[in-house]
Amino acid sequence: MYRRQLLQLAALAPLYACAGRLYAMPGSSPRFLLVFLRGGYDCANVLVPCSSSDYYEGRPNIAIAKPNATDINSAIALDSDWGLTPALRDSISIMYQRGEAAFIPFAGTEDLSRSHFETQDSIELGQPMQGTRNLRSGFMARLAAQLQGINPIAFTDSLPLTFRGETDIPNVSLKGVGKPVFDQRQAGILASMYAGNHLQAAINDGLELRQEVGRSMEEEMNAANRDAISAKGFALEAQRVARLMLDQYRLGFIDVGGWDTHVNEGGANGALASNLTNLGSGLNALAQTLGNEWKNTVVVVVSEFGRTFKENGNRGTDHGHGSVYWVLGGGIKGGHIAGEQIQISRANLSQDRDYPVLNDYRAMLGGMFKTLWGLSDQQLDKVFPQIRAVDLKLV
Amino acid sequence: MSLNPIKWSNCIALLLMVSGITWATAAETLKRDDVAWLNRITYGVNSTTAAQYRQLGRTRFLNAQFNASDTALPAEIAAQIASLKITNLDVVQQLAAINAENQRINALPDETAKQDARKVLNDQGNALAYEAARRHLLNAIYAPAQLQEQLDWFWLNHFSVFQGKGNIRWLIGDYEQQAIRPHVLGKFRDLVLATLKHPAMLQYLDNAQNANGKINENYARELMELHTLGVDAGYTQQDVQELARILTGTGINVGTAPKVKAEWQPLYRREGAFEFNPARHDFGDKMLLGNAIKGSGFDEVEHAVDVLVAQPACARFITRKLGEYFLGAPPPPKLQQQLAAMFQKTKGDIAAVLRTLFASSEFNSSLGKAFKDPMHYVISSVRFAYAGKAIANTHPIINWLNALGEPLYGRQTPDGYPLDETSWSSSGQMSKRFEIARVIGSGNAGLFEPEDGSGIKHAGFPQLATQFYFENIESNLSPTTRTALEQATSQTEWNTYLLSSPELNYR
Repeated sequence: MYRRQLLQLAALAPLYACAGRLYAMPGSSPRFLLVFLRGGYDCANVLVPCSSSDYYEGRPNIAIAKPNATDINSAIALDSDWGLTPALRDSISIMYQRGEAAFIPFAGTEDLSRSHFETQDSIELGQPMQGTRNLRSGFMARLAAQLQGINPIAFTDSLPLTFRGETDIPNVSLKGVGKPVFDQRQAGILASMYAGNHLQAAINDGLELRQEVGRSMEEEMNAANRDAISAKGFALEAQRVARLMLDQYRLGFIDVGGWDTHVNEGGANGALASNLTNLGSGLNALAQTLGNEWKNTVVVVVSEFGRTFKENGNRGTDHGHGSVYWVLGGGIKGGHIAGEQIQISRANLSQDRDYPVLNDYRAMLGGMFKTLWGLSDQQLDKVFPQIRAVDLKLV
Repeated sequence: MSLNPIKWSNCIALLLMVSGITWATAAETLKRDDVAWLNRITYGVNSTTAAQYRQLGRTRFLNAQFNASDTALPAEIAAQIASLKITNLDVVQQLAAINAENQRINALPDETAKQDARKVLNDQGNALAYEAARRHLLNAIYAPAQLQEQLDWFWLNHFSVFQGKGNIRWLIGDYEQQAIRPHVLGKFRDLVLATLKHPAMLQYLDNAQNANGKINENYARELMELHTLGVDAGYTQQDVQELARILTGTGINVGTAPKVKAEWQPLYRREGAFEFNPARHDFGDKMLLGNAIKGSGFDEVEHAVDVLVAQPACARFITRKLGEYFLGAPPPPKLQQQLAAMFQKTKGDIAAVLRTLFASSEFNSSLGKAFKDPMHYVISSVRFAYAGKAIANTHPIINWLNALGEPLYGRQTPDGYPLDETSWSSSGQMSKRFEIARVIGSGNAGLFEPEDGSGIKHAGFPQLATQFYFENIESNLSPTTRTALEQATSQTEWNTYLLSSPELNYR
């Protein structure tokens, strides 16, 4: 796959000089990573609506306190309406201060099923809800098809729906990998058995990628020998993501689970907070490992839906609708809350239950893709059919 | 790269001849169709099944699969299962003991002592969950009732629970044995009710905490979306909320019965760890999918399950999923209609639906084309490599399933593992699978090291190039697979290629 796309790239070389961003030289073309928080994370306990008395009334046990400089368990003030969970103090909060992070509240999809699986699928497909949908065509795969020379990859155990489509897109799990098992000859023989089979491309990609990740792991071990701190969990995974994206992959996807907090969600501390701390330190590690290239990188964090505005009977929250998306990157124009907003109050909730969606994910991702890669309207229509892109001017 | 690779296939053939094994006669060789059929009805054909099939013929073999009162396991395997703690575990006592232990731990003055004690307790739970997985795997490999073993996995996956949540690791063995296994070929409604009342499900989807005024709608939603109707079945958020109200008070109790008002006492129910507590129930009237359900206690739940199971959407959803599992792809529309009609006609009789499925022409034409999910891949490989030989250790198999992303009781989300090919055949998964093929093909991989650590190691090199192989597998291999096998420079490599071949990755 790698070689194949390099060849394509070589064929396009003369275009670099005049075609602008679309065919920008690989060295400076942007990287994009989509981080999917599966389970519907409770956005109201991350981007805290501190100015809403209904928030504090609806969450007597799990609300995060209004900003208070003397209380480390209180929200970190972002502006007069919003605060950030203290669980992200050492990571995303610092990025936000540097203008490297922005939040988009009331973000999400028109899918109101409140089903994890249905809504995740509908986001990953990125197709209009009306009419028949092609259930084998994800929007990241369609995006990859519009971007020559941008190697796509999923850092997941299986290939996510969003990367399924006409051509094979490689995936690799970065959780626990060691040295390559097969040598060149053996890999060739294994691949030969699938010549003509519809799995042929996947198998070639898989065997080749495995060699490559093996090499990347060696670098990791060398790096680990030099400095004593070694990352764990998601931070380790994120470092590996960064290393692969630094080298050659420029369109990535990763998912993180464990956000379905129906019971004992916690507030400034507890289950959700500790998940967020891990996520934040991973994204921090990603930025650091990318080094100078962090400024050419955009990370968008999404989830299928938000949760109920009020806590339930078990100090948790149930499935809701509007979410808060995060946009991160060393070169973004962040440091503020972006997109359409309304005052947070019970009266403004959708179905007296959860956040409405005012910022359609397709419109705003579409806007970003247009700026990042200079996609034309026709190209964008292939990625997100029938959508009018909205430019939030973050990238 | 070796310039003169030894042709292992030729060596093996030679060895077989030298050692006096006679070549297959026509009577011993199964037809290509029969091999393909057995690969679908069982976890994977091996010499044991082939012998049984030759003796019974297709009709009687299938009848035996449906009526397997004879679940006789090989004596060695039966003895292994009998020696497991979970075989004689009482769930109520177990939960009560955990509660007591948790109380004791919480009262400990020292934080380190607390953590240590919690670890001891959790290790006990993990050991029991491992035993459940061990029993499941031994049955899958050795039980003659192969159809039922596949269905045990299928329904466990349909009513999926995750062993890592709450106390489920202590409960998972009982959940499988009591809530799932007795009903795998029975009535679908019984499966729904048995899982609904089991403490594993009550914990996993939080209904144990669902009470009047403290609604938790997690289970109500998944009961419709994942267990009975499917997501596009036309129910509304209102239906979810109504079903959650119906389910209030359905929970767990392993202690003393609560005091309830005299008028509610006749409505109080208790079976094992399951409890219906009227004091926690919302007795208001409800409306579910257009059906009025009068506030009356646990009867409402049974009524609601009847309503759900009788929906045409339920018949479609369940038969589509069963069809997908046994066809390797969702049933084509005509067959789908027949299956759903049979489901409705027989009020959810699983065996009747499967009989219809297996008798269909679509079933026959799908043979050999279903991609093996990791469970089928691993079990069929072990069955093939070690037919008639009792393994002593299931840890390696559990590791392989973990590596391939399909551990038993290991799906965190309640949707269970996907059944479609694309979910298991991505580039990363295929290269991982070949690595597992190499491990399986490389030696006994620890399968014969007794679990008690007694250290007696039986030789257990995987026997793939057997008489059975030459009679029943080799002739079905494609020229490309044969060419690959001819390039093997060692027995391990030959095994690896064979186990990686398309022929052994489809069923």
